[in-house]
Amino acid sequence: MNKVQVSTSINGEEVEFLCEPQETLLDVLRETLDKTGTKEGCSTGDCGACSVMLDDRLVCSCLVLGVEAQGSEISTIEGMAGGDGLHPIQQKFLEHAALQCGICTPGLIVATKALLDKNPDPDEETIRYWLAGNLCRCTGYDKIVRAVQDAAKELAHPA
Amino acid sequence: MAEAVDYKVIGTSPVRPDGVDKVTGRAQYGADMNLPNMIYGKVLRSPHAHARIKSVDLSRALAMPGVYAAISGADFPEAQHGEIGGEGGGDVADLAKNIMARDKVLYHGHAVAAVAARSVQLAEAALEVIDVEYELLPPVLDLDAAMAVDATLLDENCFTKNLPEKPDKPSNIAAVMQLARGDVEAGFADADVIVEGEYRIPMAHQGYIEPHACTASVNEGGQATVWCCTQGHFEFRAMASKVLNMNIADLKFIASEIGGGFGGKTVLYLEPLAILMSQKSHRPVKMTMTREEVFRATGPTSGTHCKVKVGAKKDGTLTAATAWLAYEAGAFAGAPMGPGAMSIFAPYALDNFHIEALDVLVNKPKVAAYRAPGAPQSMHAMECALDDLARELGMDPIDLRMKNAAEEGTQAPYGPKFPAIGFKACLEAAKKHPHYTRPVPEGAGRGVAAGFWFNVGMQSSAEVHINENGTVTVVEGNPDIGGSRASMCLMAAETLGVTYDQVRTLIGDTESTGFSNVTGGSRTTFATGMAVIQACEDIIAQCKARAAATWGVDEDQVEWEDGQAVPAPGVNADVKPLSLADIAAKAARTGGPLLGRASLNAQGAGASFAVNIADVRIDRDTGKVDVLSYTAIQDAGKAIHPAYVEGQMQGGAAQGIGWALNEEYIFNADGVMENAGFLDYRIPVASDLPMIDTQIIEVPNPSHPYGVRGVGETPIVAPLAVIANAVRDAAGQRINDLPFSPPRVLAALDNA
Repeated sequence: MNKVQVSTSINGEEVEFLCEPQETLLDVLRETLDKTGTKEGCSTGDCGACSVMLDDRLVCSCLVLGVEAQGSEISTIEGMAGGDGLHPIQQKFLEHAALQCGICTPGLIVATKALLDKNPDPDEETIRYWLAGNLCRCTGYDKIVRAVQDAAKELAHPA
Repeated sequence: MAEAVDYKVIGTSPVRPDGVDKVTGRAQYGADMNLPNMIYGKVLRSPHAHARIKSVDLSRALAMPGVYAAISGADFPEAQHGEIGGEGGGDVADLAKNIMARDKVLYHGHAVAAVAARSVQLAEAALEVIDVEYELLPPVLDLDAAMAVDATLLDENCFTKNLPEKPDKPSNIAAVMQLARGDVEAGFADADVIVEGEYRIPMAHQGYIEPHACTASVNEGGQATVWCCTQGHFEFRAMASKVLNMNIADLKFIASEIGGGFGGKTVLYLEPLAILMSQKSHRPVKMTMTREEVFRATGPTSGTHCKVKVGAKKDGTLTAATAWLAYEAGAFAGAPMGPGAMSIFAPYALDNFHIEALDVLVNKPKVAAYRAPGAPQSMHAMECALDDLARELGMDPIDLRMKNAAEEGTQAPYGPKFPAIGFKACLEAAKKHPHYTRPVPEGAGRGVAAGFWFNVGMQSSAEVHINENGTVTVVEGNPDIGGSRASMCLMAAETLGVTYDQVRTLIGDTESTGFSNVTGGSRTTFATGMAVIQACEDIIAQCKARAAATWGVDEDQVEWEDGQAVPAPGVNADVKPLSLADIAAKAARTGGPLLGRASLNAQGAGASFAVNIADVRIDRDTGKVDVLSYTAIQDAGKAIHPAYVEGQMQGGAAQGIGWALNEEYIFNADGVMENAGFLDYRIPVASDLPMIDTQIIEVPNPSHPYGVRGVGETPIVAPLAVIANAVRDAAGQRINDLPFSPPRVLAALDNA
């Protein structure tokens, strides 16, 4: 075994893990750290189900090696809800019925937060192009786009 | 049409009870189950599309440290022929041989062996040292060539079924079916206009985002527990018991949350392998497919070659129609040619028709159900032909359909007379819809088409438990793919007269609730919903009995109103109404816990119809087709949770648009799929689509207490022809074959 020790922070918590050099961050999250909220849909960076934040970058965790996380801050779906309950994006996805099977939902919510952190008032086209890396096979995206629009409003002017 | 009914809870769109777990990452899907001492299984897949297996040698794999089990076809009991019911059913022997090849491999990606090892990486390394000796055979890849008399045979024992006499030679045509009525020749002789069309559509995949996954644990007493993503854990249990020759009582299947299915997760693939390897290794075995495996070895729906001919009078009245429908079955018989044939003319009153459909073996993956299996392909042909007919007649395409639309009393081509149906209501709504009345945008084209699906009933069970505080737990057996827990809660709340938030629904495993057929056929809200309603009625009857006993009156002197027992009108009893909570609190003194039950084989599934409208624009330089706007109109019977009904309509439209514009299996000459990944098998992404407008029509199904028809499958049927007719309008010419990938469209434009 040639496991490498990696020190990182996940959802604000210091985490150390051992991983093989070829293991992906997705495998580490799901299999080593039991953070199965991040989903695997393709392992080739095409579906976005495994989206996480690596420092300030939205990445497919299947395209990042576990060892690359050394010294980084990682945010996953497990860190989205806080002391006050659900994050407004999570709440809006529920209210707009923006999920059917739900497998793409964690990735879409992480990607949406990345968008709204950068651009608090995106138009429909911006939302559609930003989320083009997150495949959803159930919804046709209509209700997802509406949930993102409503979440943007909510975050700008909390009710 | 039945009168509109005022419901208190039904028809609202509350947040689903499983929602919080699904937006926080807590919900456990197929690949999320990890157990102590667990090992990982992987499958060795055939590198050839057609070959005889001469030998499989597992010894080098088994000798590797950390490898705990290795299996091949020889480890399975001999495959017995016999039918398995349900949507993922078929012949048991075919199912078994598809799960693990025996004497022959029949497609590139066919499972040949499997290993279980300490890690996925080690299991993959072990696959590389399994020695398989093949004798190569020519692959049969073309649907038409497969039907030729001298074609290479996939199965030397396959004699075409349903012919008047058993043929003397085997064939790749596994079965034919015919449907006919009236006098077709006379009908065409009567016609003023006749149109014909010939259409080809390649294989396409359901494209669920969650790959197949399971974890199996078999104890030393031979009892197996299997966690898996499935559309029907009871039917998986039945199939596994037949494939492995195990007692159903020794198999416990637990359905995880399911990350999409669309028909593709009605079929067993990994579970028997994991069970066998768990038996051999005495450890839990987890197996997950890669996306590439999902494409190569699961799911697709049939590629088709369809011909249709339609005759009509000048006023648009259809006089006759014929269809010839060839469906690729893939490696084993079982293409959805039956529903394809039965649906093609279903929206129309037709006195004279003839339909022939064929189920054809080719060296491609065995097809599985895909949302309204068979109908999108056949109805694409008819709906394109009708569009051409409308042009020839100079008629509005909606008017042409209205002229011939099936209605209550029309005899369906597949036999029965329709009860109340909503096709005309959908056509009327389409004609008046702002999308249809506004001008077509400059340079764009508009298409319309109809969709239809039978919907099914089948078996369901449900229990309703009243908790000590009067809250309600519904237990049923259908995996929730798109919000069905919410629908069950709504129907239970409506029936019992309580609020939505008083009710929770859970999906029981095969040991903890009664049998239910798959979540498929658009049956769950209809059939399982009916079981839930009946189980709630059982509760109401018990509550009335307990109230009567409490009050010292007869049971027929008690009524149930707004969630409480009240004295019937005219009954002179000075008592306070008893709510569900009141009765639950005193249950111990009135007979014990309240448990309602129902099980049924639901009859009277209501056919559902749709009309869709699309505007598209073609980029004349690249051949790319953009969908500018899309409207789906569909009869739901009654929308229990309208937001999820809209979601089904939007999702089905998106899948159909993807099928029409991009999606196809591309095989090379050796039968290797060349685009087995989401980068090259391109399903629609958010930036490909516009908002998808919906209009729910509600013509109640007379056979369901709340009028439900089922909504899941009809939405994918119309879009293929809608897009094709819009492209026809924009391009000024008919392009017969799908998908409308830019090269195909560009070539057609250049040749014009």
